[in-house]
Amino acid sequence: MPERIALHVNGRHVEVDRGSTVLAALAVAGVAICRRSVQGEPRGALCGIGVCFECRVTIDGVAHRRSCQILCREAMEVRTDG
Amino acid sequence: MAERRTEVLVIGAGPAGLAAAAAAAACGRRVLLVDDNADPGGQIWRGEGRAHLAVPARFEVRCGVRVVDACGASAVLAESAGGVERLTFDRLVLATGARERFLPFPGWTLPNVVGAGGLQAMVKGGVPIAGKRVVIAGSGPLLLAVAAYLRSRGARSLLIAEQTGRLRLARFVLGLAGAPQRLRQTLELRRALAGVPLLTDAWPLSAHGAGRLEEIRLRTRRGERGERCDLLACGFGLVPNTELAALLGCRVEAGCVAVDEHQATSVAGVYAAGEMTGIGGLDLSRIEGEIAGYAAGGDERKARAGLGPRRRARRFARALERAFALREELRELPDARTLLCRCEDVSVGRAARYPSWRAAKLHTRCGMGACQGRICGAAAAFLFGWRCEHARPPASPARIATLAAQHEV
Repeated sequence: MPERIALHVNGRHVEVDRGSTVLAALAVAGVAICRRSVQGEPRGALCGIGVCFECRVTIDGVAHRRSCQILCREAMEVRTDG
Repeated sequence: MAERRTEVLVIGAGPAGLAAAAAAAACGRRVLLVDDNADPGGQIWRGEGRAHLAVPARFEVRCGVRVVDACGASAVLAESAGGVERLTFDRLVLATGARERFLPFPGWTLPNVVGAGGLQAMVKGGVPIAGKRVVIAGSGPLLLAVAAYLRSRGARSLLIAEQTGRLRLARFVLGLAGAPQRLRQTLELRRALAGVPLLTDAWPLSAHGAGRLEEIRLRTRRGERGERCDLLACGFGLVPNTELAALLGCRVEAGCVAVDEHQATSVAGVYAAGEMTGIGGLDLSRIEGEIAGYAAGGDERKARAGLGPRRRARRFARALERAFALREELRELPDARTLLCRCEDVSVGRAARYPSWRAAKLHTRCGMGACQGRICGAAAAFLFGWRCEHARPPASPARIATLAAQHEV
């Protein structure tokens, strides 16, 4: 069994396998909206490979991190703009 | 700023970059291979790249390193978690790969409308897919590979909408008779997808939902139909990543980095291999990487050994391109209010008022957001026939400290 990692998505406790992306933690938490566009539309991940920047979220207080490219770490605090 | 010297620098650790690094190392050169992903393998071997490294590898691999600009003719600026550094080289092999082409249609910005290869990458990264209803739409063999992968991971129901025509597809498959290995791969894929509907002459017309995707409208041979789904995964072919090559001054033609017989670009000492020189798939990428690696390493004889295989692989690439060429009707998918640029929320109608990509950028900020036009540029090129190849530094968003370090005295 892969090791599990616990973190928070918008204050909610979530567990994922080690090696999972932050985007995976969002999906496990049932969060599809990562950010709001300049006009306020909801947006979620698109390209999955770090190109489009639609999946950006705030991680441990740092804004604009690409959730599809960053792996979960224990006790990470993830915030979306949804 | 830290400085790092190597004889051959390879940027991009997908199949082409891995092959290039191995070939240059076999010539006795000191080789450094860098990639901005967490692991080697590129998109196609995401999560399994280490298995494709010879052990012990005869070259150094560093992941999580993003090259953001050129520093003169023989160095590049790179940033990583460890900070910023200048990577200096005698020879450079670019293998920066490709990204998916997305075409705008009403609703394409809704959460859970994603890329086709993109969804595969997300699932490999741990996004749960079990029990989900997925429509995979767009064009090319990638759609089938993605469907087979998602099925193996427990997707509940799948539907594939391929825009190309039934006859064209049939002709392509018949043409595979001359390439038994590819025919076998195709048949295996079809078997893995038994029971999954594959519609041809079909494409998404619109996506609907409150805050996230709930339903799509599809155009099919039998007319329009609705389909309820959790995810719509779209991919209308691939677009070469030419930005870094353009910043280095390499000539870009028709969206691809121009190379000579030995994969050399128009800039002395700089080679390019793989999808960035023209979409051709795994085999062609590996062959081109090997040629580029031997050429950069100084072994012309070994580089030339790849020319025959490359010719054959390119022939197959051309057949693929013909079979999955995008149809004219797809230009009519967006309405005037549909967004073209997702970073700056610029509609197709607003961009269409201008005669060129440059003019549209200047007047609307289209293509000037975080993705730097990587998504909307390819869409605009298709919709309006614009040339959208212009690149400006940095090649991807970078920290202020990285850019400042470049100008340290």
